[in-house]
Amino acid sequence: MDVKTWTYLIVGFTFALYIGIAIWSRAKSTKEFYVAGGNISPISNGMATAADWMSAASFLSMAGIIAFSGYGGSVFLMGWTGGYVLLAFLVAPYLRKYGKFTVPEFIGERFYSKTARLVAVLCLIIVSVTYVIGQMKGVGVAFSRFLETEYETGLFIGMGIVFFYAVLGGMKGITYTQIAQYVVLIFAFTVPAIFISLELTSNPIPQLGLLGNVSDGAPLLQKLDTVITDLGFGQYTNSVMGSKLNMFAFTLSLMIGTAGLPHVIIRFFTVKKVSDARLSAGWALVFIAILYTTAPAVAAMARLNFTKTIQVGAVGKVEGNIEYANRPEWFKNWEKTGLLKHEDKNGDGRIQYYNDSNKEFSEIASGYGWKGNEMVKIDNDIMVLANPEIANLPGWVIALVVAGGLAAALSTAAGLLLAISSSVSHDLLKGILMPEISEKKELRAGRISMIGAIAVAGIFGIYPPDFAAGTVAMAFGLAASSIFPVLIMGIFMKKMNREGAIAGMIAGIGVTLFYVFQHKGIMFIASTSYMGGMEENWFFGIEPKAFGAVGAIVNFIVAFIVSKMTSDPPKEVKELVDDIRLPKLDEA
Amino acid sequence: MSEQEIEITDQSNSLNSDKPAMTKEEYWRKNITCVLSLLAVWFFVSYGCAILFVEQMNKIQIGGSGFGFWMAQQGSIYVFVALIFVYVRLMNKLESEYAGRNMNGNKIQTQGEE
Repeated sequence: MDVKTWTYLIVGFTFALYIGIAIWSRAKSTKEFYVAGGNISPISNGMATAADWMSAASFLSMAGIIAFSGYGGSVFLMGWTGGYVLLAFLVAPYLRKYGKFTVPEFIGERFYSKTARLVAVLCLIIVSVTYVIGQMKGVGVAFSRFLETEYETGLFIGMGIVFFYAVLGGMKGITYTQIAQYVVLIFAFTVPAIFISLELTSNPIPQLGLLGNVSDGAPLLQKLDTVITDLGFGQYTNSVMGSKLNMFAFTLSLMIGTAGLPHVIIRFFTVKKVSDARLSAGWALVFIAILYTTAPAVAAMARLNFTKTIQVGAVGKVEGNIEYANRPEWFKNWEKTGLLKHEDKNGDGRIQYYNDSNKEFSEIASGYGWKGNEMVKIDNDIMVLANPEIANLPGWVIALVVAGGLAAALSTAAGLLLAISSSVSHDLLKGILMPEISEKKELRAGRISMIGAIAVAGIFGIYPPDFAAGTVAMAFGLAASSIFPVLIMGIFMKKMNREGAIAGMIAGIGVTLFYVFQHKGIMFIASTSYMGGMEENWFFGIEPKAFGAVGAIVNFIVAFIVSKMTSDPPKEVKELVDDIRLPKLDEA
Repeated sequence: MSEQEIEITDQSNSLNSDKPAMTKEEYWRKNITCVLSLLAVWFFVSYGCAILFVEQMNKIQIGGSGFGFWMAQQGSIYVFVALIFVYVRLMNKLESEYAGRNMNGNKIQTQGEE
């Protein structure tokens, strides 16, 4: 069978599975719609959280980014896992103890203010909508490349599937589908990694293969360093992203952004008790770590395979570079999508791939008759999808990877859509506009706002706004600078009051947005800017994507100063804080 | 080993009911100490070993590359996982101590509001 048939078969099977789950798990009450009834087991919730969390960005983009940035790319690995430590220690157990449905609801009650709740809803919607656009785009791209449909058709099919289980089942349907999606995506990520690791290092475990030796006896990472430095690139194992301070801020931004993302936090409302929330954060990280420790192995191996596909022999010898006419099949396939582009600058009919911004090496290269790097475009996102093809793996593995990418995108999209729709129906409608609405009507409103959210996400997917390129990173910066600090202060600072929280949120998200917009040109034009030089006008050399950490600090400082100048929170609020801090006696 | 520990917890639970009730301030202080000490490890392995002192760490070799690089791409993640499970354990213990000392008729003492 060819790849396309396999893809139809496997993707079709997974979609049928998701629909089956949707029919079986319809939500009958608001509690089921918002928090899946509140009795999901810690391991199941951990698995669902892992799928909820790992998006198209984790599955498709991350390994590619690491492949081309080496050590510097570690900020994503540490940032997107270390955030779970913060989530487990500082956020999840307390919000579970509070025991209601949404994040803005907590903020509104803790800061005894509808304004605070409204500001939180706005922050949540900005963060989640920017995030969901990327997922929808991922679905469209995967369909168009592998099932050869129009981009829009792929997008509509994806929307239809999410519509089915998210609208019918709410959080309950989403939870069970996410568990299935986790299984699909982790299988799809690790199987090709095992094959490639075996091929390259004869070790079936990619995490060990990363430290293993290649066929000529040299350690993989040393070999990779040699191969790419011979072509003028920086060393893989120690190329810093920007500067140390930038890496520090970037990692911090991703970590606290993770701990402030509403669609992740609400997953912890679905377990039975506080100790389950802690345990389930641990399981979530176990399931995430399986992918996150495999990704750097995939990255290093893909970079080596990719480079050696083009640079087949000694650098500088004519036959060292592959002839364009003899390029492999996968190369041609990706050229069709425009994500991979070759330009024969010196007209020798061969491909030269090297770092032409390295002056020293450029001079040497011109001695070989090379006239610039001919791989004018290599999109990071293709590495994971192209990897099985580069390694000549069988068709079903490639199909599996496509199904995995779709599972990652759909599971995250559903989680985000639920966060959006519950904040509309529960916070805006029930909490602020129509407090006396009945449960039945609220449930219907939840479903309608879910449909609305899917439609908006779809429209943005078809007509991506200019800022779509940097959206996921921006979502993190915004969550880090607005939601995380206010949650921490709400739990750990009993004297933090309404005025402080509102001023802090607005100042934090404001500063971050201002900085991002100020550097919009930099951020949105060159998506790989961190691999080049640092911009001189960046604040202490911190790139816009990493600025959430600074925004969070601003948030804390402003909130602290304002709260010192205004009156203490009322007694009931202090009692609420005491209550969320202490364990329930009959549960412990 | 784990069975033994559970036994100890159970024992301390029944012993605890004889001790005076744990105040909410005491519980909270213990919780904060636990979280801060675990966060110190969290900071050390990621920001310390993998970013700030990565050159020094890279002097130690592991599988053809530096230890700092390995910590950045692998090691820190394993430590994060371990940290959460340690935290789960410590907190469950603290909670059952709190419950043991505060049930059985012991009233929860509250020191005056700060």
